[in-house]
Amino acid sequence: MSAIIHGAGAATALSTFNPVDSKKLAAPCRTNLPARSKRYIVAGSDASKSFGSGLRASHSQKLIANAVATKTDTSATTGTGHELLLFEALQEGLEEEMDRDPHVCVMGEDVGHYGGSYKVTKGLADKFGDLRVLDTPICENAFTGMGIGAAMTGLRPVIEGMNMGFLLLAFNQISNNCGMLHYTSGGQFTIPVVIRGPGGVGRQLGAEHSQRLESYFQSIPGIQMVACSTPYNAKGLMKAAIRSENPVILFEHVLLYNLKEKIPDEEYICNLEEAEMVRPGEHITILTYSRMRYHVMQAAKTLVNKGYDPEVIDIRSLKPFDLYTIGNSVKKTHRVLIVEECMRTGGIGASLTAAINENFHDYLDAPVMCLSSQDVPTPYAGTLEEWTVVQPAQIVTAVEQLCQ
Amino acid sequence: MATAFSPTKLTATVPLHGSQENRLLLPIRLAPPSSFLGSTRSLSIISSPRLIHANAARRSPVVGVQEVVKEKKATNSLLITKEEGLELYEDMILGRSFEDMCAQMYYRGKMFGFVHLYNGQEAVSTGFIKLLTKTDSVVSTYRDHVHALSKGVSARAVMSELFGKVTGCCRGQGGSMHMFSKEHNMLGGFAFIGEGIPVATGAAFTSKYKREVLKQNCQDVTVAFFGDGTCNNGQFYECLNMAALYKLPIIFVVENNLWAIGMSHLRATSDPEIWKKGPAFGMPGVHVDGMDVLKVREVAKEAVTRARRGDGPTLVECETYRFRGHSLADPDELRDAAEKAKYAARDPITALKKYLIENKLANEADLKSIEKKIDELVEEAVEFADASPQPGRSQLLENVFADPKGFGIGPDGRYRCEDPKFTEGTAQV
Repeated sequence: MSAIIHGAGAATALSTFNPVDSKKLAAPCRTNLPARSKRYIVAGSDASKSFGSGLRASHSQKLIANAVATKTDTSATTGTGHELLLFEALQEGLEEEMDRDPHVCVMGEDVGHYGGSYKVTKGLADKFGDLRVLDTPICENAFTGMGIGAAMTGLRPVIEGMNMGFLLLAFNQISNNCGMLHYTSGGQFTIPVVIRGPGGVGRQLGAEHSQRLESYFQSIPGIQMVACSTPYNAKGLMKAAIRSENPVILFEHVLLYNLKEKIPDEEYICNLEEAEMVRPGEHITILTYSRMRYHVMQAAKTLVNKGYDPEVIDIRSLKPFDLYTIGNSVKKTHRVLIVEECMRTGGIGASLTAAINENFHDYLDAPVMCLSSQDVPTPYAGTLEEWTVVQPAQIVTAVEQLCQ
Repeated sequence: MATAFSPTKLTATVPLHGSQENRLLLPIRLAPPSSFLGSTRSLSIISSPRLIHANAARRSPVVGVQEVVKEKKATNSLLITKEEGLELYEDMILGRSFEDMCAQMYYRGKMFGFVHLYNGQEAVSTGFIKLLTKTDSVVSTYRDHVHALSKGVSARAVMSELFGKVTGCCRGQGGSMHMFSKEHNMLGGFAFIGEGIPVATGAAFTSKYKREVLKQNCQDVTVAFFGDGTCNNGQFYECLNMAALYKLPIIFVVENNLWAIGMSHLRATSDPEIWKKGPAFGMPGVHVDGMDVLKVREVAKEAVTRARRGDGPTLVECETYRFRGHSLADPDELRDAAEKAKYAARDPITALKKYLIENKLANEADLKSIEKKIDELVEEAVEFADASPQPGRSQLLENVFADPKGFGIGPDGRYRCEDPKFTEGTAQV
C-alpha cells in the first residue's frame, strides 16, 4: 500500500492499494528550484506508508497524465474515473476496441471459454462469440501464422501467448512473417497484429515459465515492442497497439496483473513510441520498464531519504527507444542507470546502453551502468530466484556508486 | 535408386466426399494395422475410423481416395471445352517458357541467389489456379514463379522482381522466393518450407470470419501449395488439424515431386502416402496424377466446390516431378536417369497437346500461335525488366513499417520518419 503526496492545489484521489499511480507526477519546473530541493515522490509498491523526512511539495504542480505528450489528466481534475486491476484494464481496452471495430478478433489458447489464463479475455467469448474469441489448439507456430495470414487478408487479430515463453515456438512466424512480410512484399500487405502475453520472472514458476522474450525479439526488423506496467498504460497501450498498422508485441508481466489503479472513464490511448516519466529528478536517470519499475520506485524511496534525487523513466517502448525523453533526461542528469529484468547478455539494457553511448556520449559524466538479471535459467528455489533478479538494495548501491 | 511409387490397381473406388455416390454409405471398415507400417507397394483403400467424437457436426465418414476414377458418361463427353483447353495450354506454356527464360537469365548473370524452377509441375499450378477467382488466395513456397503467373501476376512484374528492379511485384525487395501480389491475392512466396501453410490457414480463416461474423457474402477459398518435404514438418500437421477443426475453406495441395533437394521422399517419410494423412485429421485425402492437367483439374473442381460450400478442407496429393534440379545451383546428380526419362515422357504439356489434337479441340496452328505469343510475351518481359531502374537508396527503409512512426522518436524530439534524410536513406537509424 502506498500513498502519494502531491501539491496543495491539485485534487486527486489517493489510492489505497498497491500501485504506483503513474498519473500523479510532478511537472518539471526546474528554473525556480534549488538544486537539491525535495520534490514529489511517487511511492513504490511496498506496504510502507512513510514518506521521507523533509519532503514536502514546493508548490502546486500540474499533473501529467502520460509521458512526454503532456496531456492533462482530466479525470484527476474532474474527480471521476474508475478503479480496476491491470488485467481488467487490459480487458477493458480490448473490449472497447472489439466493440469499435468488428475486424478485431482474439486468438490463443484458452482465451474463449476459460476466459484467458490470466483472465484478460474473461467474458469476451460470451459477448462476441467463439469465432471472434478463438480457442486454438496448442500449436503456437500455426496459430500465430494463422493470425498473420488473417491480418494480411483484412482482420486485426490479437494473438495471445499463454506465457510469452511459449512464443519461442512461434519464432518462425514472428520473425519471418510478422516482422518481415510487409517489406518482402514491397509494402503490399500489412500485418496489424498484436501479440501479447505475460512474461517475466514470477514467483517460483521455474526456468521455462520465467523467460524474457523481449531480448530475443528485439532484433527482428519490422516489429514494435512495448511493455506495460500500470493499469493506465496497459489499457492505453493495448488500444494503441490494436489500432496500429504495424505488428506490435505487448509484453505484460505475470506479477503485475493485480495492480490496482484509477483510470479515466473517457477513452484514451498511450503513444506506442513514447517513454513515461515516472518521477522527475536531478541527479541520476534511472531507465526501467515493466516490473522493475516497482523495484526502482521502492529503491527511490530509500534514495530520497538518503538525499538523492533520481529521475525515473519507464521506457515503455522497448523497440524503438524513445531517445527524446531519454536524451533530455541524460542531458539533465549526466548519469544513467538501467534496471531491467532481461539477462545480462544481449538484453534490452544492452541495446539501450549502446544507444545512449552512441547518441549522448558527450553528456555522460560516468559510464552507463546496467543492472540486469543474472545469466542463469531462473531457478525454482525462492532464495535463488530472488538473487537472479535485481533487488531494490542493489539499485540503491548502484546509484550511490554512480553519484560519487 | 528409388522410383516413384505408382498406385497399383485398386480394389474399389470411393469418390470424394460430397458426391452423390451411395458407396459412401457403405460401412467403414477399419484397415488392418499391418498396412500402415511403411509399406509402399500394397495399396488399398484406407478409410478413417469413424470419428467417435462428442462433436456431432462431423459425423459423416471421411475417406481417402487413392485414385479418382470418373465414371464415363454415356455420351463420352470431353472434360474441357476448346476455350478452356486453350486457356490451360497457354498457362502451361507460359509457365514453361518463363522458367526456361529464368534459367537463361540466371546463367547470364541477370538474377542471383536461389532460383527454384517449376519445369514439369505445370499441371498442378494450372489445374488448380485456373479454377480460382481473383479474390481467392494462393499461398506457395519458394518455387512460386508459376503460381504467381497462373494467378494473374504479369510476366513483366515477376521478371522485374527476379532482376531486382523497382517495377517488380515486390519492388525488388522480395526476390525469387517472395512473390506477392495484393491485387491478385497471391499471398507469397515463402523461403522456409511450411511457413506459408499457417498463413494460408489464416486467409481461409478470414474468409470464414467474413461470412460468419461480418455477415458478408464471402465465398473465397485459399489454396496452399507445398512439397513432399514439407509434409514431415510440424506446421503442416498443426494446420491440418485447425483447418479441419474450424472447417476452413482451404485446399492443401501437396506437389509430391519425390525429392527434397537430394532427399528422396521415401528415405524421409515413414508412410510415404501423403494423401492418407488427410483422413487422420478428418478431411478427405486424394491422390492424383499431377502430370495430367485434366485429372488435376477434376479433383480441384471437387475440392474447391467443397470448400466454397463450407464443407471444409481437402488434402490433395499430386504426384509430379521437376525436370530440373531443386534450384539453379543444384547439379542434380542424385536422381536416376531412368526416373527422369520416365517422367519426361509424361510431360504435362505434351499430354495436353495430344489430348487437344486427338479430340479435335484445337489444331497445330492454334497451339503454335499460342506458343509464339507466349515467347513474345516472355521476351518482352525480359526487355521490360532490363530497362527498368534499380531501386534507389531512398527505398531502403521504406516498407519496413506500414506506419513509419515505428522507427521511433529521435533525440531531437521528432519522429525519425519526419527527418528529411530518412527518405534519402542516409539517416542513422
